[in-house]
Amino acid sequence: MSNAARKPKLGVFKFASCDGCQLSLLDAEDQLLDVVGLVDIAYFLEATSKIGSGPYDVALVEGSITTPHDEERIQEIRQQSKFLMTIGACATAGGIQALRNWADKDEFVRAVYASPEYISSLETSTAIADHVTVDFELRGCPINQYQLIEVIQALVGGHKPRTRTHCVCMDCKQRGNVCITVATGEPCLGPLTQSGCGAICPTYDRGCYGCYGPAKQIHAQSLTDHLIRQGSAPPQLVPLLRNFNSNAEPFRNESNRIESMT
Amino acid sequence: MNEQQLSESEVFLPKSELQSLIDLLRNDGMTVVGPTIDQQAIVYDEITSVDELPRGWTDRQEPGKYRLEQRDDDATFGFVVGPHSWKKYLFPPLTTVSTAEKTDQGWQMQTPEPDSTRYAFLGVRACELAAIAVQDRVFTGGPYIDPVYSNRRKNAFIIAVNCTEAAPTCFCSSMNTGPECRSGFDLALTELDDGFVVQAGSEAGETLIARLNTSEITTSQSETAGQARQQAVDQQSRHMNTDGIRDLLLGSLKHPRWEEVGNRCLGCTNCTMVCPTCFCSSVEDVTALSGESVERKRHWDSCFNLSFSYISHGTTRDTISHRYRQWLTHKLASWHDQFDTSGCVGCGRCITWCPVGIDLTEEVAAIRGNGDSSQSGGQS
Repeated sequence: MSNAARKPKLGVFKFASCDGCQLSLLDAEDQLLDVVGLVDIAYFLEATSKIGSGPYDVALVEGSITTPHDEERIQEIRQQSKFLMTIGACATAGGIQALRNWADKDEFVRAVYASPEYISSLETSTAIADHVTVDFELRGCPINQYQLIEVIQALVGGHKPRTRTHCVCMDCKQRGNVCITVATGEPCLGPLTQSGCGAICPTYDRGCYGCYGPAKQIHAQSLTDHLIRQGSAPPQLVPLLRNFNSNAEPFRNESNRIESMT
Repeated sequence: MNEQQLSESEVFLPKSELQSLIDLLRNDGMTVVGPTIDQQAIVYDEITSVDELPRGWTDRQEPGKYRLEQRDDDATFGFVVGPHSWKKYLFPPLTTVSTAEKTDQGWQMQTPEPDSTRYAFLGVRACELAAIAVQDRVFTGGPYIDPVYSNRRKNAFIIAVNCTEAAPTCFCSSMNTGPECRSGFDLALTELDDGFVVQAGSEAGETLIARLNTSEITTSQSETAGQARQQAVDQQSRHMNTDGIRDLLLGSLKHPRWEEVGNRCLGCTNCTMVCPTCFCSSVEDVTALSGESVERKRHWDSCFNLSFSYISHGTTRDTISHRYRQWLTHKLASWHDQFDTSGCVGCGRCITWCPVGIDLTEEVAAIRGNGDSSQSGGQS
């Protein structure tokens, strides 16, 4: 992607999501013009109604796959894109809407829509990577705009992006945060969750919600067993693991395990 | 003047004079850092007044658990050590080590001006003095002197405080680092009900004592201070048998305990972050979007991170058990080869602040193969 003669063509695509991750790019304010200058924006409905055709050098994909139409559209985008990167918890893990995976989808549809017969949706909400090959995943609910800019910059410049993969605990310690779980007993997903937010919640005296999804090689059971020994009730831990990244495999498996204990 | 030539005599500083001590240091242009209550723990932060010290509070610690509690007396230093260590001032978590600007003449490299803050550390415990001495070896002991550390270190004024109590997580006696402060300080205090027995450890310390309203100590004050210090020895219930520990650990690299502890360990880095001697860092170049300037930043890193052992072919220590083994064998064994000292000072932070309460003294005892932890390690 280090072809200096031609700016990479960028497409930003949305599936089931709140648009917050795309907005992170538009929110970049001070850096927005510089970022826009690095790429040729061909498709970005949130930003412009001018639609350019594919193929795309870089596709940013937001949102999860929840309808039969989504299933077809993501295949088409993959075929049109050299480098496909998912942005946010919906695209990388299925998002908060993956809670339907544990429920009766039709019951939700009946509760929400006046004419449910017009709704065509899948039983589950799943990550983009469950359907097509993904070249890079940018985590978070929402993503960190500095990480997004870093990745775009790295793609254009042809270097490895600085998106670190340690867990939230290290950010807490480097900020001088006192560990909430150790000092108060409140459950916190920090030891299981990948960095990216800069430990926002623990900085404001709340346990981590796991917005950036599971870090690599986590031992979720060790933490939950310890929290239960320290007095946390299993029904309290299940919804903690079933948040924005409930369908990420380590969180899904551990929440299922704890649920089966109750 | 070296330590042998200092006056051995101790003086008595009434509690009402502790503020004067802080004021004198501040008037001398120093930033006074001491223990204070924040986020439901006793942490280290800048203080200007004795009222910010955790008077009347203590800490209750056990593996994976820390609670602040009110004392039934007004002790100012009636606690042990918390989640912070002085490392955060001497070896800051994030530093810019160099910058580069693109100019018409090419790239211009620059090193930032050294931080000119002069810190006075108030309330440094014996294990922490030992930890600073360990980091002195790491950062300034060899042919490569770390400029960030050495500059902050040489400016630091250290007021030690002798522990008069021990937490169940403390094992400084085993590591021969405490609880009594013996060297490495400018002043050392032992707290009594109405004041402090003060001992100078440097010429600068003696000079400061001369500027305070002190009195000669009575025999009874001296005895009470001695008893208070002895109490911290007597209360220590956790031990680590360090006999032949280097060869024990390096000869047990295939021990099944590594796998077992590796299954409990979260790989979360907390132990290394709170450890007052862990010194690992990584540097990364942060490029401006314009491509015209670059900052080289150094940040704390940890051997528990997968990326830490990533080299050309991949990650060298690819399981948590391998990373735990790396940490413990470095800390307690190969540290001796590298720095001629143990990397552990027995402060117990890694035990308390491990979110699942992994206790290195128990791990060592298990590897030693002695089920009786009171003899070889763990808590008696």
